[in-house]
Amino acid sequence: MRKFLTLIGGLIYRLLPLIVFGAIAVVFLIFAVIRLEWIELPSVLRDVLAAFFAALIGALPVVLFSWAERKVLGRVHNRIGPNESGPFGIIQAMADGIKMFTKEDVTPDGADRVMFNVAPILMGSAAFAVYGVLPFAHAMIGVDLSVALLYLLAMGSVTSVAVLMAGWSSNNKYALLGAFRSVSQLISYEIPLALALLTPIMLAGTMSTVGLVEAQEVPYFLPLLVSLFLFYVSSLAETSRAPFDILEADSEIVAGFFTEYSGMKFALFFLAEYAHMFAASMMTVILFFGGYRLPLLELIVNVNFGETFLAPFIIISKSLVVVFLFLWIRSTLPRIRLDQLLALNWKFLVPLSLVNVIVVAILAKLLEDSSLGLRTIVLLAANLLMLAGAGFALAAAGRRARERDEISLTAVTDAPQLTSIH
Amino acid sequence: MPNEFGFIGLILAMSVFFSLVALVAAWIFRPKKPGRIKASTYECGMETVGTSWVQFKVQYYIYALIFVIFDVEVVFLFPVAVAFNQLALYMVLEMVLFIIILAGALLYVWRKGVLEWV
Repeated sequence: MRKFLTLIGGLIYRLLPLIVFGAIAVVFLIFAVIRLEWIELPSVLRDVLAAFFAALIGALPVVLFSWAERKVLGRVHNRIGPNESGPFGIIQAMADGIKMFTKEDVTPDGADRVMFNVAPILMGSAAFAVYGVLPFAHAMIGVDLSVALLYLLAMGSVTSVAVLMAGWSSNNKYALLGAFRSVSQLISYEIPLALALLTPIMLAGTMSTVGLVEAQEVPYFLPLLVSLFLFYVSSLAETSRAPFDILEADSEIVAGFFTEYSGMKFALFFLAEYAHMFAASMMTVILFFGGYRLPLLELIVNVNFGETFLAPFIIISKSLVVVFLFLWIRSTLPRIRLDQLLALNWKFLVPLSLVNVIVVAILAKLLEDSSLGLRTIVLLAANLLMLAGAGFALAAAGRRARERDEISLTAVTDAPQLTSIH
Repeated sequence: MPNEFGFIGLILAMSVFFSLVALVAAWIFRPKKPGRIKASTYECGMETVGTSWVQFKVQYYIYALIFVIFDVEVVFLFPVAVAFNQLALYMVLEMVLFIIILAGALLYVWRKGVLEWV
């Protein structure tokens, strides 16, 4: 009997990666079954179940990505990541989840109990609610909202409110300072995010995510390179990922605004961060890389990939590549300081995004009657010129800063000599 | 259109429900042993000094103010972007003029030294 149980246990252990990925695939499958109406359901029940599974899809990224992050970071640092819990360490995220689930939740005395408890719930809800408008195929979407991008921006702003609530109610001056800094970063980076979102909307003529994917006859990263750069950097800052993670850097300010949180509330913040990261990478793919379609291939082959069963695989693989880019940037770049971060935003990204909107608007309107190829090439050339101009401006500013530092250094070399002993 | 937002209401309710279920389940399973020292505020291992609601640095307020200006500008630009395909060139140039005026505001704020983190 014992041998049999050991055999079964060993088999389950070996099959754990399959079980984890299989569970994720099953959730997507059930979502597809409900949304694509492969079985008949009354419409209210269908909507409720679709909402449930869309929010559940939002809770899945943490399972995969906290493991993936630690493995990828480990490999970049020339070490193996977690490999103890489960084969390849695949259930490390779940082990961490169980740990956080069973830890005691200490509420500091003097904390505002209502806001202290509401803040993680608000942050979690904002992160999960975004998944209702992200399409996995042409019809496999929670709801095809006609103002989906505004809804996404709004949900990103709710994060700032939750952060301030968490920091304020903790009765801890470091949490409060961390919350101030975090909110100033989050609101500052919403401006280039929103301005960079304007350009795909201009080219596509709609704010709905499905509309944006369907309008991309050529993927928008070609005519809108600067917008891609702006959107990606702003997403890095909005999700507080490195190099913009001064707020949660343990060496800087303990844990920033969630210093006083422990147990499941901390796990909810963690969940919300990974869900937000995956949503941001899916948005990058939808806006700039053709979403669930293969636009460049569809120019040659006359098949709309969005309506085949390949569509979810296409969009998820593209989003995984973008998530890998998030992790790669985290493991490579050093952190930047808060004032450098804010200066980068207000003095570089916001002017660049304003210039980008002006240039794309004028060029797209001038060329709107010419062919797709000409429009793409002219916009690409304009984007490259803008990037070159931005590069030159940065180099000039860097040179000026270096000269200023040299002047202040040379002023000190007339220091008196050290007196010798004799 | 109202039909679409019904689903948004549903998914918001579901997200709140998920977070609540997670917290309630954790409340059932976790140990509850409050102590005076455990519940004291964290200040890098020392006793706290002074009140925790410290003075608000005014530079944050200035960044928030500039954010509000540009956010309102972006909100005004969204309808122009959605209706872009039906606009004539002079309408686009009016939008560009609007952006240039606000870029002038950014330049003014920059040169006045308001964006420095002092």
